[in-house]
Amino acid sequence: MTVHTRHGDALDGALAQALGGRLSRVDGPAKITGAAKYAVEQQLEGLAYAVLVESTIASGKVRAIDTVQAEAAPGVLQVLTPDTIISLRTASDWFGTPPPDKPYCPLARDITFSGQHVAAVVAETFEQAVAAAALVKVSYDETPSIVDLSDGKAGDGIPIDAMTKEWGDAPAAFAAAPVRICAAYNTPREYQAPMEPHGLVARWEGDHLTVWEPSQWLDGMARTYAEWFEVPFENVRLVSPYIGGGFGSKALALSHGAVAASAAKMLGRPVKLVMTRQQTFTGYGGRAATRQTVTIGADRDGMIQSIVHRGVNETSIDGMWVEPLGSVTSIMYATPNFSSRQNVVRVNSVVPGAMRAPGENPSAFGIESAIDELAYVVGIDPLEIRLRNYAEQDPHAKKAWSTRQLREAFAAGAERFGWARRSPEPRSMRDGNQLIGWGVAAGTYPVRRAYGEAVVRILADGSVEVESSSIDMGQGTYTILAQTAAETVGVPADDVVVKLGDSRFARAGVSGGSRLAGVMTGAVHKAATSALDQLVGLAISDPRSPFHALQANTLVVAKGRIGSPRGDGPDVSIAELLKSVGRDRIEATGDTMPANSTAEDRYKNYTTIAMALPHTEGDYSRYSWCAHFIEVRVDEDFGTVRVSRVVSALDSGRLYNPKLAESQWKGGIIMGIGQALLEEGIMDRRHGRIVNNNLADYLVPTNADIPDIEVISVGIPDPHSSALGGKGVGELGIVGVAPAIANAVFHATGKRVRDLPITLEKLI
Amino acid sequence: MRDFSYLRATSTDAARQAAALPGAMLLAGGTTLIDLAKCGVAEPDTLVDITHLKGLDRIDVSERGATIGALAKMGHVADHADIKSRFPAISEALWQAASAQIRNMATIGGNLMQRTRCPYFRDPANFSACNKRVPGSGCSAIGGVTRGHAVLGTSDACIAMYPGDLATALVAFDATVHLGDRRILVDDFFLLPGTTPDREHAIEPGEVITAIEIPGSAAARRSTYLKIRDRQSYEFAAASAAVGIEFEADGRTIRDLRVALGGVATKPWRARAVEAALKGKVLDPETVRAASLLAVEGAVDHGANHYKIELAPRVVARAILKLGETA
Ligand SMILES: Cc1cc2nc3c(=O)[nH]c(=O)nc-3n(C[C@H](O)[C@H](O)[C@H](O)COP(=O)(O)OP(=O)(O)OC[C@H]3O[C@@H](n4cnc5c(N)ncnc54)[C@H](O)[C@@H]3O)c2cc1C
Ligand code: SF4
Repeated sequence: MTVHTRHGDALDGALAQALGGRLSRVDGPAKITGAAKYAVEQQLEGLAYAVLVESTIASGKVRAIDTVQAEAAPGVLQVLTPDTIISLRTASDWFGTPPPDKPYCPLARDITFSGQHVAAVVAETFEQAVAAAALVKVSYDETPSIVDLSDGKAGDGIPIDAMTKEWGDAPAAFAAAPVRICAAYNTPREYQAPMEPHGLVARWEGDHLTVWEPSQWLDGMARTYAEWFEVPFENVRLVSPYIGGGFGSKALALSHGAVAASAAKMLGRPVKLVMTRQQTFTGYGGRAATRQTVTIGADRDGMIQSIVHRGVNETSIDGMWVEPLGSVTSIMYATPNFSSRQNVVRVNSVVPGAMRAPGENPSAFGIESAIDELAYVVGIDPLEIRLRNYAEQDPHAKKAWSTRQLREAFAAGAERFGWARRSPEPRSMRDGNQLIGWGVAAGTYPVRRAYGEAVVRILADGSVEVESSSIDMGQGTYTILAQTAAETVGVPADDVVVKLGDSRFARAGVSGGSRLAGVMTGAVHKAATSALDQLVGLAISDPRSPFHALQANTLVVAKGRIGSPRGDGPDVSIAELLKSVGRDRIEATGDTMPANSTAEDRYKNYTTIAMALPHTEGDYSRYSWCAHFIEVRVDEDFGTVRVSRVVSALDSGRLYNPKLAESQWKGGIIMGIGQALLEEGIMDRRHGRIVNNNLADYLVPTNADIPDIEVISVGIPDPHSSALGGKGVGELGIVGVAPAIANAVFHATGKRVRDLPITLEKLI
Repeated sequence: MRDFSYLRATSTDAARQAAALPGAMLLAGGTTLIDLAKCGVAEPDTLVDITHLKGLDRIDVSERGATIGALAKMGHVADHADIKSRFPAISEALWQAASAQIRNMATIGGNLMQRTRCPYFRDPANFSACNKRVPGSGCSAIGGVTRGHAVLGTSDACIAMYPGDLATALVAFDATVHLGDRRILVDDFFLLPGTTPDREHAIEPGEVITAIEIPGSAAARRSTYLKIRDRQSYEFAAASAAVGIEFEADGRTIRDLRVALGGVATKPWRARAVEAALKGKVLDPETVRAASLLAVEGAVDHGANHYKIELAPRVVARAILKLGETA
């Protein structure tokens, strides 16, 4: 086990360059100096600016759109409405399901939520477009809306049978259990709130479209644009070298993209469209609001006999989003009897979307709060009850874990946190007016696996170039792929240039579900191995090579130099060797697709999620794991909760770069603190509209809200999860933070808060 | 945002003349005004930039009191050594406000004039009813999202909370606003909404705030600003209290007490009833807590903001007791 503190980058330098080293982000300097050019910073000749007009009602029909004044406003080039925008084709969904053969219009006539795009104004300047957009007059025939899950009209929703998980006889076992608890847990609408708002620059050249757009999935989005505009996939180029945060919200081409690309096509000029911060709250979906009831039957020793779980999440009127609420419930603890079912309820909202650990995050809030409640009822330490019910194998899939270092995580976290010193009674620890509480909760996230492709080149100067259409939204792809290629070829990472974020490069699937590092390190490793083989092959066999006479059957490449394994004979740099054999480069493409894959398989793999490998495929069940130990201080007069200490131990398997992994874990924990204490879309129920749609009113944590966070890696290489032994990193950290905080708040105050966020009025 | 013209004032008189014209607005740090222009709330025809005026950023502190120029930056005033020692509540109110970046831009004059954070006020495209924006149009907040709205000083026309921290400390210490030669108590400068919530300040078109003046006092010297909020920083008050105290020679009996509330009222709210109840009393927790309840006499909630009525007296009591501890 390694313990890393918050500030530890002492290993920067030569050691850091290898895979597993603490190399700092290679894209850091470009970002800090402003040299990194983000997608919408493209300055193109003739650029025009589009601004969206949004619905101000939540439900009904657009009666008329009066564009006369807007069209007459200075600088206006066109006003797009459902009647004037060009007709597009409906695109397939992210599974690649063939779409219905019908037109698609990104501007709505039928209004199903407040903030829906109804029109757009394109002008010579951004300011002119903003001014003219305010002059577009939309009239509506309004109908009653379903505000949210608590709306009387919402009903029970649609059962999602695919979410049902059952074994044993859970209701009967519950009825027979000596100890029974049942509670309801709610999470509100939450928003990804990336620093960089959504937007794009679209340019047509003939029937070729180039889109500069922040993207978590270039190939998937290119496919959608291609299908909308009925052009070949190859004609669409997505460019996204840097992304200012996505958290799940930038994986799909969205209606604003269709509007901008349509405008560019109609005008014959490149068009830029950037959402306002307000629009980012309705232009796409945040995390769906959820409700869960968790019922646990146990014996008096706290051994779980039965879990009955019912979940509901909201979706939109005409879109479908399922937030899998039974995902953690069904695997965290061993139970002989289990039942989980889920419904989805339609409300007048934009269709919700992926946000850091969709499913696992709210699911963990339910089960990890409930087991804490059980611990108090049976009078067992909350850590001890988790160990008693430890699942030795996947209780749902009934398969062995590939690796599960959760026990180690509990042990390491408890030790560093000092859990043994906890006084069990609620309200028993205080410091003046501050009630102190200690809480624990576990988290998990499945290892999502897919296939990837990369190009590795060894260039004349001995440097190495890696190309992939995968992306880096801050998680460190540039850096770990440089480390992977460096280690595989045998050069310093400083001599590797990684190029990402252009759909012309070797293809990649979605960067979501914490899969990218595992997929891409595997692909780069494969391509780099084959480049290295070519290099060594040339050195051995080319008559012009200084190694030719040696008759060796292998050579060693290290630190950019080639020599024989025994150290006798020549020692030349890669550049010298390439020169001697008259080559200006070596190039290798590597992919991890099955050998007999067709071109169609490849297209499907990179542009849909249909070919992702299930995490329970084969003999193993694959997950990352973590345990959070959190101290809170609650002011007994004011009800304010401050997180004062966090120790988290996490199992993400092998870490390709601990510094970056720790940074992502901490980022997840910080986001979890926000979720627990601050974040909530606040709805005006009369208008069906989120009113805190800006970053002054939608609160995310500031530095002052975040204590020292200690993260401990307890992972071991997991050969079943990825080529190089890593498991998921990015989403794991957030899972379990909110229940750990809620549990700590209970310990501090004796009040159980089951509705997030835990704001002061709930404790006062 | 629509087109407007920009005029850089060369003298205070020129600023007054330019600002008197219809559609003209003074521009200081711009942290409120530009924001409101982007929301479509402020629609100036002319911006009169006063940031280049000389001499309006002075901070003079003496035994008698402090005079702070309207263009002094929030950050400078917060960090000023004499303000910190003689008027700790003023410094604390300022450094706990907004963010470091905003405090480096924002001026004291602009700070007094900041507008409410009522979400309905700030979103004209979606909510046409707002008496503060359009007199007689109604109030969208009543019956809507009210968690941040006022519980004191409200009217049927408007329940918007005044969000500023500095002005709360200013009313506690009887500060005055200088509008050129005209002087007016800060307490009188802010108006209750009544039936005219669009009129927030006793300032006439063409008047420019030139300075604020805070009389020195023993209570100001032993003072504090306690701000309670959902987030630890960069967040408006859920409830706050500016409190100053002066003890008799025994160090326990309260000779002078100043209490003002922020985050709970339609204007900076002086809590004179609490002051009166405690003057002459010996400071002890029970007495202080009981008297602090008077801070919210007459409070009216609108559902989600009910917690402010519970919270505000506790904030007042804690602030008073905290000052007592240092006696
Ligand atoms: C995200 C955010 C968070 C904030 N948090 C807080 C907080 O926690 N606490 C707090 O107290 N404040 C907070 N503020 C408000 C901030 O303090 C004010 O925006 C700032 O003080 C305004 O000063 P300014 O110089 O930028 O004013 P400007 O924006 O330039 O002007 C504001 C108004 O005052 C008028 N004006 C300016 N100068 C004068 C003058 N000399 N005479 C007459 N009229 C004048 C202008 O015409 C305009 O109407 C926050 C603001 C933001 C944007
Ligand atoms: S509370 Fe005041 S500012 Fe808010 S909507 Fe009502 S009238 Fe307007």
